[in-house]
Amino acid sequence: MKRAVVLNVNGESYDLDIEPNRLLLQALREDVGLTGTKEGCSIGVCGACSVIVDGRLVSSCLTLAVACQGKEITTIEGLASDGRLHPLQQAFIEYGGFQCGICTPGQIMAAKALLNENPQPSEEQVKEWMSGNLCRCTGYYKILESVMAVVNNKVGTVQPVRRDERSAKIESLKVYKSS
Amino acid sequence: MQPFEYRTPKNLKEVQQELKQFGADAKLVAGGTALIIMMKQRLVRPTCLISLSSVRGLAGIAEKNGALRIGGSTTHREVETSSLVRRRLPLLAETYRHVATIRVRNMATVGGGLAHADPNQDPPPTLIALGASVKASSAGGSRMIPVEEFFTDYYETVLKPDEVITEVSVPRLPPNSAGAFLKFLPRTADDYATVSAAAVVTLDRSKKIFSDVRIALGSVGTTPIRAREAEAVLRGQPVKAEALRAAAEKAKQAVDPISDFRGSAAYKREMAGVFVRRALEKALEGFKRVKSAPSRQSKRRGRR
Ligand SMILES: Cc1cc2nc3c(=O)[nH]c(=O)nc-3n(C[C@H](O)[C@H](O)[C@H](O)COP(=O)(O)OP(=O)(O)OC[C@H]3O[C@@H](n4cnc5c(N)ncnc54)[C@H](O)[C@@H]3O)c2cc1C
Ligand code: FES
Ligand code: FES
Repeated sequence: MKRAVVLNVNGESYDLDIEPNRLLLQALREDVGLTGTKEGCSIGVCGACSVIVDGRLVSSCLTLAVACQGKEITTIEGLASDGRLHPLQQAFIEYGGFQCGICTPGQIMAAKALLNENPQPSEEQVKEWMSGNLCRCTGYYKILESVMAVVNNKVGTVQPVRRDERSAKIESLKVYKSS
Repeated sequence: MQPFEYRTPKNLKEVQQELKQFGADAKLVAGGTALIIMMKQRLVRPTCLISLSSVRGLAGIAEKNGALRIGGSTTHREVETSSLVRRRLPLLAETYRHVATIRVRNMATVGGGLAHADPNQDPPPTLIALGASVKASSAGGSRMIPVEEFFTDYYETVLKPDEVITEVSVPRLPPNSAGAFLKFLPRTADDYATVSAAAVVTLDRSKKIFSDVRIALGSVGTTPIRAREAEAVLRGQPVKAEALRAAAEKAKQAVDPISDFRGSAAYKREMAGVFVRRALEKALEGFKRVKSAPSRQSKRRGRR
């Protein structure tokens, strides 16, 4: 039987009418329409579905939406404000903390939950905390670097390579090809 | 997942009413980390979930008459980070910290973890070694069950369908005691153990003789086990390396592991011995730390 459930997501409240067997993951993606939260393993292992509920990092693939009645939910969509990316999001871009990107919302939410609890973690603490967020692309080092960049206030110091500079570089390499 | 009703009773009496109404078709749900997966896999198909998360008075940690009382709905993370637990029984906080990842520990509860009864879980060996008991409540009243007698088979316990774990009680360690829990993780940091071992050691006043020892293991059979023969080898014996090796041999005989992707049965048996020995050694280090602290200081002074 369907139930009326109010989900507070990223500061907005959503009135939903859902079955008790609806997972928070499905409710977020399909009922609320926020598809930033990803589904990977569906069994609590990979961390792709990580969201923050009442301040605690959880797997939305193991959480019933009805169990979140009235709770404060933060997803990846809730981090940027006034058109500016959150420092963690900016850091992942600047330090190459992602490749295909499917694990990234979960990685960033996990890091956000860590920094909420401990704004100055050591590298070891970041590694331990993030061990539940799997990534098949980056080899993890870039993820660690991205999080530590926020911890050490280094976001915004990396200049992206400009497109014209990149084209010039490619041009200059053509010399080798022709010779 | 197949459809189900969802109930949110506010107290234990209401839980009992729901259990009575839905009978064997109902399941309690706490953190949901074990149950939701089993429902997704259609291993269990309850028609009603009775949530314990709104039941008052089921979460929290307190000390009463020297024992730690941990509410059934207390999360793993709360046990891990509780200053009371860290002060009184650091071994318990350390053991819960070994479970899975932060995300799972934020959701998983102490009561749900025990009722799940997977022999590969971490807390049971430590709880057995510490002599902890489970308090189970039903409409007819409540009873205390030693954790050692709680598990009967894979995912099976002595709990009756209408019993709710309301509390886990962990007694104070006797004087001159120290403990250790070791989890063998050859694959990844967030995996289940290939084998795990917990040891609680009590020495006599000279600190040279084992006056009592409790040893328990996980991932070595259909339930967590207590290795009584291994304990018996040590009781009354001097603290010596040969004694630890003899106990490790006995522990190997006590286990009955299965071969799986975490290791062959023979390998796990071998590792059960190794990890019992190491757990005993680590527990004994707990005594040295207290004793050698001042001597280390005097050495430093001497060097100056
Ligand atoms: C990805 C992942 C990795 C894991 N890794 C580990 C690990 O490394 N080590 C480890 O020890 N464990 C591990 N676990 C298992 C974890 O410890 C259990 O899933 C968890 O403890 C179950 O607690 P819960 O509160 O979520 O229980 P639920 O899933 O809510 O319930 C589990 C069972 O207990 C019953 N139940 C719940 N509460 C009560 C109660 N108060 N009284 C009576 N019955 C009750 C339910 O009806 C159900 O049958 C892992 C789990 C996951 C998902
Ligand atoms: S999809 Fe939830 S943890 Fe993998
Ligand atoms: S960026 Fe591809 S899985 Fe992490």
